[in-house]
Formats: sequence, structure tokens, C-alpha cells
Amino acid sequence: MDSCHTENNSRAEMIHSLFLINHAGDIFLEKHWKSVISRSVCDYFFEAKEKAVEPENVPPVLQTPHHYLISIYRDKLFFLSVVQTEVPPLFVIEFLHRVADTIQDYFGECSESLINDNVVTVYELLEEMLDNGFPLATESNVLKEMIRPPTILRSVVNTLTGSSNVGDKLPSGQLSSIPWRRAGVKYTNNEAYFDVIEEIDAIVDKSGTTVFAEIQGVIEASVRLTGMPDLSMTFMNPSLLDDVSFHPCVRFKRWESERALSFIPPDGNFTLMNYHVSSQNLVTIPVYVKQNICFFETGPCGRLDITIGPKQTMGKTVEALMVTIHMPKAVLSANLTATQGNYSYDLATKVLVWDIGKLNPQKLPNLRGSLSLQSGAPKPEDNPSLNIDLKIQQVAISGLKVSRLEMNGEKYKPFKGVKYLTKAGNFQVRT
Amino acid sequence: MTDSKYFTTTKKGEIFELKAELNSDKKEKKKEAVKKVIASMTVGKDVSALFPDVVNCMQTDNLELKKLVYLYLMNYAKSQPDMAIMAVNTFVKDCEDLNPLIRALAVRTMGCIRVDKITEYLCEPLRKCLKDEDPYVRKTAAVCVAKLHDINAQLVEDQGFLDTLKDLISDSNPMVVANAVAALSEIAESHPNSNLLDLNPQTINKLLTALNECTEWGQIFILDCLANYSPRDDRESQSICERVTPRLSHANSAVVLSAVKVLMKFMEMLPKDLDYYGTLLKKLAPPLVTLLSAEPELQYVALRNINLIVQRRPEILKHEMKVFFVKYNDPIYVKLEKLDIMIRLASQANIAQVLAELKEYATEVDVDFVRKAVRAIGRCAIKVEQSAERCVSTLLDLIQTKVNYVVQEAIVVIKDIFRKYPNKYESVIATLCEHLESLDEPEARAAMIWIVGEYAERIDNADELLESFLEGFHDESTQVQLQLLTAIVKLFLKKPTETQELVQQVLSLATQDSDNPDLRDRGYIYWRLLSTDPVAAKEVVLAEKPLISEETDLIEPTLLEELICHIGTLASVYHKPPSAFVEGSRGVQHKRLTSSAGSGESVESPDTGSAAVSEAPPAVIPSQGDLLGDLLNLDLTPPTSTGPPPAAAPGMQLGAMDLLGGGLDSLMGDESEPLGGDIGGSPAMGAGFGAPPAAMPASFNAPISGGLDDLFDLGGGGMTMGTYIPPKTVWLPAMKAKGLEISGTFVRRSGVIQMEMTLNNKAMSVMSDFAIQFNRNSFGLAPAGPLQILTPISPNQSIEAALPLSTVGPVMKMEPLNNLQVAVKNNIDVFYFSCQYPISMLFLEDGKMERQVFLATWKDIPNENESQFQIKDCHLNSDAASNKLQGSNIFTIAKRTVEGQDMLYQSMKLTNGIWVLAELRVQAGNPNYTISLKCRAPEVSQCVFQNYETVLKN
Repeated sequence: MDSCHTENNSRAEMIHSLFLINHAGDIFLEKHWKSVISRSVCDYFFEAKEKAVEPENVPPVLQTPHHYLISIYRDKLFFLSVVQTEVPPLFVIEFLHRVADTIQDYFGECSESLINDNVVTVYELLEEMLDNGFPLATESNVLKEMIRPPTILRSVVNTLTGSSNVGDKLPSGQLSSIPWRRAGVKYTNNEAYFDVIEEIDAIVDKSGTTVFAEIQGVIEASVRLTGMPDLSMTFMNPSLLDDVSFHPCVRFKRWESERALSFIPPDGNFTLMNYHVSSQNLVTIPVYVKQNICFFETGPCGRLDITIGPKQTMGKTVEALMVTIHMPKAVLSANLTATQGNYSYDLATKVLVWDIGKLNPQKLPNLRGSLSLQSGAPKPEDNPSLNIDLKIQQVAISGLKVSRLEMNGEKYKPFKGVKYLTKAGNFQVRT
Repeated sequence: MTDSKYFTTTKKGEIFELKAELNSDKKEKKKEAVKKVIASMTVGKDVSALFPDVVNCMQTDNLELKKLVYLYLMNYAKSQPDMAIMAVNTFVKDCEDLNPLIRALAVRTMGCIRVDKITEYLCEPLRKCLKDEDPYVRKTAAVCVAKLHDINAQLVEDQGFLDTLKDLISDSNPMVVANAVAALSEIAESHPNSNLLDLNPQTINKLLTALNECTEWGQIFILDCLANYSPRDDRESQSICERVTPRLSHANSAVVLSAVKVLMKFMEMLPKDLDYYGTLLKKLAPPLVTLLSAEPELQYVALRNINLIVQRRPEILKHEMKVFFVKYNDPIYVKLEKLDIMIRLASQANIAQVLAELKEYATEVDVDFVRKAVRAIGRCAIKVEQSAERCVSTLLDLIQTKVNYVVQEAIVVIKDIFRKYPNKYESVIATLCEHLESLDEPEARAAMIWIVGEYAERIDNADELLESFLEGFHDESTQVQLQLLTAIVKLFLKKPTETQELVQQVLSLATQDSDNPDLRDRGYIYWRLLSTDPVAAKEVVLAEKPLISEETDLIEPTLLEELICHIGTLASVYHKPPSAFVEGSRGVQHKRLTSSAGSGESVESPDTGSAAVSEAPPAVIPSQGDLLGDLLNLDLTPPTSTGPPPAAAPGMQLGAMDLLGGGLDSLMGDESEPLGGDIGGSPAMGAGFGAPPAAMPASFNAPISGGLDDLFDLGGGGMTMGTYIPPKTVWLPAMKAKGLEISGTFVRRSGVIQMEMTLNNKAMSVMSDFAIQFNRNSFGLAPAGPLQILTPISPNQSIEAALPLSTVGPVMKMEPLNNLQVAVKNNIDVFYFSCQYPISMLFLEDGKMERQVFLATWKDIPNENESQFQIKDCHLNSDAASNKLQGSNIFTIAKRTVEGQDMLYQSMKLTNGIWVLAELRVQAGNPNYTISLKCRAPEVSQCVFQNYETVLKN
């Protein structure tokens, strides 16, 4: 009983254990940062998963008699952490997402088979990311210096020379005041590309009125510059932005005083800034949807008629237009005609997808026809919502524009570029 | 496969192969072998047999190999402490290595090896590393102090590591500062009163400087630490706020929320007329809104916290209603939270929008969500008076949809609207009556009956309607029965001439044919009232009801304040006092959490609070979920105090008590028993008189204990003696074991523990060659002999087997303590399952302690080892309980009675010699027992408590 005693008094801090669980509910990897916790703790999670039916609906924080289970669902995998004491749940959730990001970054995607193929590297990474529940190194730059990501070429070299996957020097970024950048970066072609990507989140009601609309923007950077470049970016209209959050490299004071982004960038790909243009400002809605979906009181059928047209597209073409509808369960099949693009109806998931492609303002795409219902089923009570996907190249729908991009601290002339893209985020039309 | 790790599933040959490879001369081969070992470990295979071979690889200059060996060591050192000592020298040497990465790695790994003997060797290297010239090593060492403290707190204090750690707060490197803060916070949590984190303006300044430069995770530690500081004045408050605000723009949502916490807390100190105060309010909204565009899991936590923030400072988000509008593909847990916040933000200015949204939601697919949306419409009506009419017409529209659960939910909320705005919307009653037939849920039926009774004079066929319910009276739930009784009495008082027969009928059904004491009581009271003094009856039953309050499920203000100080924590997600969390795994407090089932519910279906609205007259009703536990504790007091009497009929209450006469007093005593299920339901409690039908506490659905039925049989005593044997449960389902199904239970008979199993062959082929093996477990349970199954089991045959157990097997602590992992082999395969045995299997027959020894031991065991639990709904008197427990070798040593409360002092002894002492408090008439357990090994308390509960309830 002695050992039992110390064990139970032990106060596991922060994240005690991590379980990776696949879609089917099998645990395929476990990592314990302190003592081993039996897998049976996951039973509470499985119970909740069973109850939630859809994996997306499993509550992210669960309480069990002795532990708390905090989980995220990503790429069809559950990342389940076990904690024993009070801990900020956002901290845990953020960390779990970081683990998933890192796995994706290292192996190209986050999947069970890839994790299994690289199980030892994943294990080494997890050990490097967390010590005693405290995050240790979560920056991809730092991690990659400590544990090299697998490449075909390197594994060949390794087998020939017997060298290792693990860096034996302290990563230079680890303790400098710019932990996100490694020292001694060298490129023959110096390039810095920025993508301004905006997603429109909107709810439009059946009469076509916008109930709610906002823009989530992000500036993704791909920077390959030699040495220690110090960049600054200014906008034509920074006052558009309601709320911003930055990569740690951005100097907040400069933003506060001059509305300019000033930073020493990490090497490679990173997210420079997220921003938010809220519903108070005018968010333009690029397309309108005329729709009519109805089910008849008599007879097992219904009608569907959808037309989409351009609304405010800032003179650009709407591309990759797609409509997704989650039909009521009773809808058995759809017999429709599309004037443009293809449609498909998945019987199992009851999802109707209409892939339209480019929107031609002269000839508006239309989808119409009949829906057949399960015979004997009552008229569906719920009205399906439409989800719209679209893309507009070369424009940020909020009107945000980069005015200048400058580099200091290095002598060479880099190649610079800014691209704009607007997408539909969570764009819903109610019927 | 889930438990496979505890058994050697790796084939013997594989282990041999690995062993050979580990001892290979070739470096590369060695490394590959270690990798294979680690890979096996990650999927839960037991590779501990390779311990010495792996440790031999440790002395290497290859960093990757070294790291892998370290990984292995951390996992298995605990089970092989003697072997782990072999590694100590290498560790000590590595702590002196020229490469700071290796020094840090060594000190970090050593701290993770939780073996006492190793910690002694750790002190010197750790001391050096804390003063290392390289900040990377110092920051790693800081965390190591926390680890060591966890293993041996005394040692850390004796060695002066705490002071060194405090010095590190002034370190020149921000990462070192952050880790020192994190380590100190962790240590401080286990010493709540120590002044470890002595926050003063100087240290605060250092922390604020480090805040700007350390990693995102470090920022969280520092912000959480800052939140514990109390600024001296508003100027200091403001200056801290100014330095924290930039954190609101961090990409890491945990940093943002921790910053919000600091700001929300320090804002309290700022004068409201200060310009800065307004600026700060404006700054808080955008980051909170942005959190809602993050991943759904983050949104959920953010929403739970925003719920607190809008209660405390509604002005921050009052213009942001739209961001809480629900999208159809939000996960359900996000939808429900958004809805809750929408209602909190609802005001005259935005009510039209909100209603339009709610109506939209009421046609969604998810039933839970739809119900809550309908309920929300009712809450809006009550909250925003100007909107009431529109809400009622929206509800009527919804009723026209004829969707069963929508109609029922609508009727429940309309009843509340009637109570808030009497004599205004009764015109809709006719519409409601049309749907009488479709109501099949008790809450909706009860609401409808209340409406019919309350407005009996306006409904022509009220008597017919109520009579139709009466036919199936005994099949109705108690809630409906009570409502029906009151409604018919109301009807009688309003239309005495035509309804005499009806009232006679219901009174006799309630008093003579019912075995529910609640119903009987209410029936008798009405009966006597009506027969003695009809005028008084009228005054009581038809008294004017107090209006119900507007905001229904506000968190009680002091708790809210406390929770605001803990934004971002688990407490804030569960909306429960943080004290319930900080103790973590330690018995008492933790138990409280799990015991209040009501509050657990409130997380999943937060609408329970809203249902509880109508009962109590005060303006603010504490959240039902949070107080439920307390209420249950409180109800030791006489029944009259359980429900607040309505203002209108205070005098009547006493009269009613007298009417009952002495003979009924004893019954009254038991009245409070089903409190958990029926707060306002009992007329004897006063509150019920005028308002019973409006009383729909959330907890209504809680089981009205069946045990009450035995109310009169209790005195009989003579409970059956003998061990409680749990019924057999399926341990191994056939699906998981190629057709072999095992169900079983544990029995202790005259000192022998037996595992009784039924083996059922559901496969197509014969099963034979059975063998059984246990994994190491907390109390060393092991088979005392082989599993005796002599004949093969043919398909569809089942066979009983009893396996005697000994308690001298190898010991390993399990989680939960009474978990047992079993492997069963047959001619087909090996199968694994785990099961839990009642801890009473381990209670020895000689577990009765001497009185004197008991007293001395009780005093001797420190108070922190005491755990208190509640056993609810137990209807035995103390003697019966004592008898029942003795059957399971729980012996009563003494009994004391203080103020009608029986205290039983009991002892039991476990097979490994551990004594458990107990004090069981039983109050006559109260179904909730309190039990205090003291034991030198407090971790057994939980199990023992569970055992009490099962024994007493079976």
C-alpha cells in the first residue's frame, strides 16, 4: 500500500496523459507525462461519444470521478487529454491543436496511418513539446531543429552514415528574444509572399435579408529571406479591422501607435495575423440565392428550385461556387435538373451537393426538380439550410489593401508579393 | 484489446530477438532496436522485461539514442526501482556534460523518474542546474523543482530549493521567469496558505516585464499569477491593466482569456467615472467576439466564460447579440450555450431580432435544441415585458405546428407567462385545450392541469377535462397527481355545485388508494380544510400568488464574483465554486462535486435552471444546479422551512399544521424526505398552498424515492443479515471474445473470497482448455488455484465456475482502486477484461475494533485524511443499517443519539491490515445519511463509501 499512497497524493499538473483515438473509437497511441493512467479512463469518453451520436457533438470537457477529459476532434481523430486538477481548459485545447498542427506539419497530414508509421518520431515530439505538463517547445522552427522531420532523402543518408534524426545542439531560437526564428538562415532567392485571405461568415434568411455577417481574415506568410530581415507592412485602410491577433513576432506597440505591422519573421510559412471585420461594418454579400424548397402535405414528394446570381462581386468573377444542403431524413431521392454544373445526392448522409463552378452573370445557374419522400413518412418539420461555398480571386471583400512592404536590416533586394482571395466561410441561407 | 498492455502480448520470440539486437555491437542496430521497443510501448505493450538491456544502451554519445533510452526509463523506472538505480551514474555524469542540451535533458528526465532512491541523487545535480550559466538549463531545472516537490515535498524544503526558485523570478531571462512562476504556482497549490508567491509591486513589475518577452504558454502562467494579486490602489490597477491589454491581441486564445480575467478583476477597483474605465470596457468586446470564430472546442469554453462576463458586466457585449446567432452546423454543445447567452443579452432594443431567431431554431432538427429554443421564447416574454405579447403569439404559432415536443414545451412556458402577467393572455386557453390529448410528458401534463385549475371559472368544460385525467390517476407521475389534486380542489371551490363528486373521487384516490406519502398528506390537508372551514380553504387554495421573477437562472452574486476571478479555469466552465476544484483528487471536496448529481446535469442541459423558475418569490434565484447539493444537506430542518411560504397566506400555514393533529405529526416528519424531487409539491410546506401548480422545480424528474412506500414498515427492523452480493454483470461480452461471454460477481463467504462466473459459449465451436490470470492489482488479489472447468463447453452451453481467491499476489495500485484486470485463455485465444470488485470482499471478519482503540485511532489519524460523503435516499433506520452493514463485515462499535440524530461508529479492516473508521449519521426521517471516513490510507475512502452505498441500498 505504500506505493499506493505516494501515487495518490501526487498532484498531476496540467496535462497528465494523451490518448489518440480514431473514428471507430480505438485508442492507437497513448503518452503519459507522469504516471500511467489506465486506458479505462477513456470509457467515460466513449460513453459520451456514444451519446453524442455525431463525433462533432462530443462535449470537449468531460468530468469523471477522478479526472477531467479535455478533447478536440480534428481530421477524424480525437485528441484526448487527461487532467487531474484545475487547469485552464483553453490552454489544454490550444495545446492539443498545436500537437495536431505539428503532426500535420511533420508528416503532411494528420492521420492514423501516418502517425503509426512514424510512431517513434511522434513520441519524441510529444516528449519535446511537454515537460511535466508544461509546454516546452511548440514552435515548429524550434522543434524541427531538435527533431528533424522525415524526408526520403534523409533516411537514405541516415542509413548510409548512421547520423541521427535528433539535433544535438540547443536550438538557437530556444532562448533568444526571437524564439521563432533560427539563426544563420541562407537563401539564394530571397522571397516574401503574403496571402490576404478573407472568409465570409453569414446567415441569410429566407427572404434574402442578411441576419448576420462578418469577415474572418488572415494573412498567411511564406517568407524565405536570408539573415535577420526586419519587415514592416502598412495598409491603405487599417481602420477596417475590428479585432486583430498577431503572431508573437509582431511588435504590438508599433501597431498601437502607427497601425503598421513591424516584425522579424519566422523562417518559412506562418500566420502573420488574424483579423475580424464585424457585422457592424458593412460586409458585402457577393451572391444572392433565390430558393424554394417545399414538401407537399399530400403525397410523398416535394419541390426544389434554386437560382444563384451575383450581388456585390466588386467586378470580379465568382468561382468554385457550390451549394450543400442537408436534407431532412425523410427525403429518399432527388430528381433534379441543373442548368450548369453537376449535382449529387448522398442517400446515406442525406446531403445534396450542387457543384456549379464559375458564376456567369448572363446565364444564372438554376437547379430544379422534385424530391421524393419515404412513403408514409410525415411531412418533414425542419427546413433545410443551404451552405454556400465560393471563391473570388484577387480581392479581399472587406476592401483591405496592403499599401507598402519594406525590409530593413539586410542589404539584398528581396522579391515581394501580396495576393488576395475571398472565400465563403460559414455562409448559410435559410429556407 | 484495451487492457492488453498489462500482459505480455509480445510473443516470447520477439522479446528475445529485441534483446539480442539491443546487445548488438552495431550502433545502428541498437538504435533501431530501442526504437522498436519504444514503438511497442506506445501502443501499450509490456516491454519492461528488457529493462537492463535498454539501460545498457544509455551510455552513448548519440543524442537520439540517449533520448530514446530516457523515454523508456521514464515509463518503466517505477516498476523496476532497483534497476533504475543502475542509471543514476549516467544521469549524474550527463548533468555535468558540456552540451547544455544534455545537461537539461538529464535533469529533466531524472525528475520524471518517480523512484525515491533516485531523488536523493537528484538534489546535487539539480542545485547546480538551477544556477547553470545557460538559461535553457535553468528553466528546465525550475520545472524539475516542482516535479521533485511532488515526489518529496519535505526534501525540497529542506534543501532550500524553494528559495532558489523564488530567486529565479528575478532572472534575466523571461523564459526562466515564466517557468519559475509556473513551478511556484504548482507548488503553492498544494500549500494553499504558504506565502510562496509573495506578490509585491517589485515582483509584479518583474512579471509584467517578462510577460512581454516570454512564450505564449509562459504568458498564461504569468497572467494567471497576476490575477491573484491585489493592487494597492486604483492607480496601480490601471497601470497593470494598461500593461496587460496588449495580450488581448494574442493569437493564443488561452492567453486572451487569461488577460480578460486579469482585466475583469482589476477593473473592479477602477472608479466608474474614469475615462480609462470606459476605454477598457470597449477594448474587451472585440477579443471576446473573435474567440467565437475559433474552433468549436475553444468556442465552448469561451461561451461558458462569456456567460459569466455578461452576467457581471452586460454592457460589454450588449451590442454584439448577432455573433451569438446559431449556425445550423454548430455542434450542439455550442448551440445550447449560444442560446443561453442570447437570452441574457435580450432587451427591448433587440427583442424582435431575437424572437425571429428563436422561432427559426424551433424548426431545427435537434430535439434538445428545439426544446430549449421554445423555452427561451418564454424566458424572453418574462424578461422583456414589451415583448410578451409577441412571444405568446409566436408560441401559439409553434403550437399550430403540432410537433409533439414543441407543443408540450410551449405549454410549460405559457404557464410561466400566465404567472408573470396574470389576467392578460388567458384568451389562448381555448387553443391550449385543443392539444390536451397529445401531452404525454409529466411536466407538460402538470402545466396544463395547473392552467385548467387556475382558470376553471373561464373554461366551460373544466370538470370534464380534469375528469379525463382522473381515469388513469394511478399511472400518472407524482408531479401530475399532485397537480391534479390541487386543480380539482380549486375547481370545487370555484364551482362547488357541479363538482362535488369529482372532488370526493380525487380525495379518496389521493388518500386511500395511494401509497405516496406526499400525495396522502396533501389529500388529507385538503380534506380537512374543506370539511372544517371551507372559507379558510378558499383563502388558502385560491390565494393570490406572488409574481415570478424576471431573470431566472442567474448565478448567485458571491459565487459569480468568485468565478469572475477564475475566468478560464475548469471552475468557470462548470460554473461551480473553485474550491471544489483546487483540492483536485483529494477525497472530500472532490467527492462533493460528483455527489451533487443535479449540478452535473446542469452542464449538459443548462436549461434545468430555467425550469426551476417559478417557485421562490425573491428577485434572484440562485442557480438550481449549484445549490441543489446544499439544499439536500439543509433539509435536516423541519419541513416548514424548506419552501418559502407565499406572502399571501402566512397565517394559514399554522392553521394547516394544527389541522393535521398529533397523529399525523410523524408523517409530517417524513415529509421532507423527497425534497430533491418536489420542493413545492407538498402543501404541508406552506408554499404549496397557493402556488403548488406553478412549482416545477428542475429536479422534479428526480426519482421520488420508492423507498417511501415502506414508510410504515420501517419500525419492523429485523433486516436480513448476510453479505450483499452484487448481481452478476457481463464482464466480457461475446463480441469481444470470439463468442465467449463471461459474467460474474464476487462473494465473500466465511472468510473466503470467491469469484463466481458464468461462462457462456456463444460461438459455433467447442471451447476448452480454460485458464485464468490476474494482473497485479491494488490488494494483491490472485487466483488461489487453477480455474476448474473440467468439461469443454459446447456451443450455446453455459457453465458456472467459482474461483477462490487469495490476497497474497503482487500489488500494484489500480485506477480505480478496486479495478481488477483479468486474462482468460481458452483453446481459441487469450481475452482480457477488467472488472471491479466491491471492496467489502476484503473486509475481514475480525474487523471490530475495541472502543478505546477506536477512539484513540480516530484522534490519531490526521484530519486531512477524513472524507465526508452523502448517501442519498436511504430509508433504513440506524439499527437496520447497522445490521445490514455487519453482514459485510462493517462493524458498529458504538451508537450515540444527539438531538434525534443517530451516530454510528464503525470499523472495518482490509485484508492488507488497513483499518477504516467510520462515523455514520442518520437522522430519523431524513433519507440522506452523512458518512465520515478516516483512514491512514485515505485513497480507499472512495471505494469504501461506494460500498456503503451499494450495501445500504440493496
